[in-house]
Amino acid sequence: MSNLFGKIRLGAVSPVVVILVTFVLVAVFAPLLAPHDPNAQNLLGRLNPPGSTIRGVHYLLGSDELGRDLLSRLIYGARISLSVAFLSILLSGTVGSFLGMLAAYLRGPYEILIMRMADIFLSIPAILFAIITVAVLGPGFINIIIVLALTRWPRYARVAYGQTLSVNNMPYVRLSRFMGASSVRILARHILPNIIGPLAVITTLEFGLMVIFEAGLSFLGLGVQPPTASWGGMLSSGRNYVATAWWIAMFPGMCLFMLVLSVNIFGDGLHDKLDPKTR
Amino acid sequence: MYGFVLRRVAQAIVAILGVTTLVFFVQRLTGDPTLLLLPETATQADVDAMRHTLGLDRPMIAQYASYLWDILHLDFGRSYTQFVPVGQLIIPRIPYTLALTGCALVIALGIGVPVGIVLALYRDHKATSVLMGIVIAAQSMPTFWSGILFMLIFAVTLEWLPASGAAGFESIILPSVALGLLSMATFARVTRMAVIDELSKHYVRTAKAKGISTFRLITHHLLRNASIPIITVAALEISNLLAGAVIVETVFAWPGLGLLTIQSIVSRDFMVVQSIVLIAAFITVFLSLFADLLYAAVDPRIRLETST
Repeated sequence: MSNLFGKIRLGAVSPVVVILVTFVLVAVFAPLLAPHDPNAQNLLGRLNPPGSTIRGVHYLLGSDELGRDLLSRLIYGARISLSVAFLSILLSGTVGSFLGMLAAYLRGPYEILIMRMADIFLSIPAILFAIITVAVLGPGFINIIIVLALTRWPRYARVAYGQTLSVNNMPYVRLSRFMGASSVRILARHILPNIIGPLAVITTLEFGLMVIFEAGLSFLGLGVQPPTASWGGMLSSGRNYVATAWWIAMFPGMCLFMLVLSVNIFGDGLHDKLDPKTR
Repeated sequence: MYGFVLRRVAQAIVAILGVTTLVFFVQRLTGDPTLLLLPETATQADVDAMRHTLGLDRPMIAQYASYLWDILHLDFGRSYTQFVPVGQLIIPRIPYTLALTGCALVIALGIGVPVGIVLALYRDHKATSVLMGIVIAAQSMPTFWSGILFMLIFAVTLEWLPASGAAGFESIILPSVALGLLSMATFARVTRMAVIDELSKHYVRTAKAKGISTFRLITHHLLRNASIPIITVAALEISNLLAGAVIVETVFAWPGLGLLTIQSIVSRDFMVVQSIVLIAAFITVFLSLFADLLYAAVDPRIRLETST
């Protein structure tokens, strides 16, 4: 039965992969795909519904409050969402997992130092910490990545720490230690493969979260600054026109939802494949 | 047991001290607030006088010490832009945020945990994948997007509920559902994983072999063991809800602490921002302490391992 479940999952993963690859391709080739300049304003063509043509300019998905082409802005917005999420995950995931494993393996003062630091960082709710740090550092692409990584590494550290602790006393780890395996070998060969499942699931969930966080900061006006197109920023201006021009908020919202949903389903498939218990 | 409790409380105090220090230095990095307070025509003498009144001309260590002393007395300072104690601005907002996060938590736990149990018990059933799909969809909705969507559907189109503001019971429904949606999905997933983990253990097989009913198996055996990850996540989720309130309150113009935070950032009133972040951090530290103590009470293995 579990085999059948696995097959269904695998079947469900492929369209998701297609969607994810599409998002990545759109982000990479944005300048080739966008029909218009994403920042070109046209004050005579403000708030046009999808499919309208104003003075020879066709707005497939409509225009925003400054007459900018929504489709072009969506395409360029994908760049911001994907790159911020990917880079911040890379930074926080590697640093956090490594520190967590180290803390659980070495114990003693390292454990206290690393996990207390993680506690302190986790004590400030992530989005609040991001908000106060962005307020200090100033908004901007690099700063957002640093802030997101800074707020999220403890999540990996805690999971890696807890998992390592529970694996560390397993007979096979003790045995290989008695047989003289080096710490590096034990960590890499015996501990990491047994904790990678939860870490991978956390990473994919975090990817979705990072996309949401970036959009959230942009929504609050603390993310990537206008006129650069970001889905969060588009939603923020769309909120003000929700009763009159629904499309401004609708399309970036759908894009965010599709991207995060695909990532989460992908993570789920990954979890079922990686976790030996569900295999 | 007492050793464990003492150690954990000591850790919490260290965490609070760490957060306070972190916030102090972050706030100092924002630069000199005197220039924000004075008109552009102010002379250097005016600036120096103002710096002296605010105590900003003292050594950093002295400022830090008096800052800690004030916080210890629950004195969060005065707003730089509104010239009133920060407490006066914050306290009237607290009930709104508490009501919002409370409703969101009830919605999240009340729906999330039972859904998670169902997902785990019937994981080979076809209908389950539909339910799982809904859970994953809920997890993929950013709060500001679900908020705007709910507003579009229930306020603008159907006109059932108010779109924003805080007037009566109806106005809390949309914000708290939008806020609780993500946590609900998290609870469902964590419960599912925890229950599946437990299902593969020997005691479950033994209990089943002895002819136990599914209901009793869940209530007496599975939930007690599966509750550990759920408790940890619940403690973390409450602080996530508090943080999420910043965005939900902005979307729905709900007059709580979150909206105050954003308004204060816009007006560069960092004393207020700093105080709210500190309060949220203190609540988070307390919750995680509470979760760990509960942890130890439920699972003797943790207590024994950490006390040695």
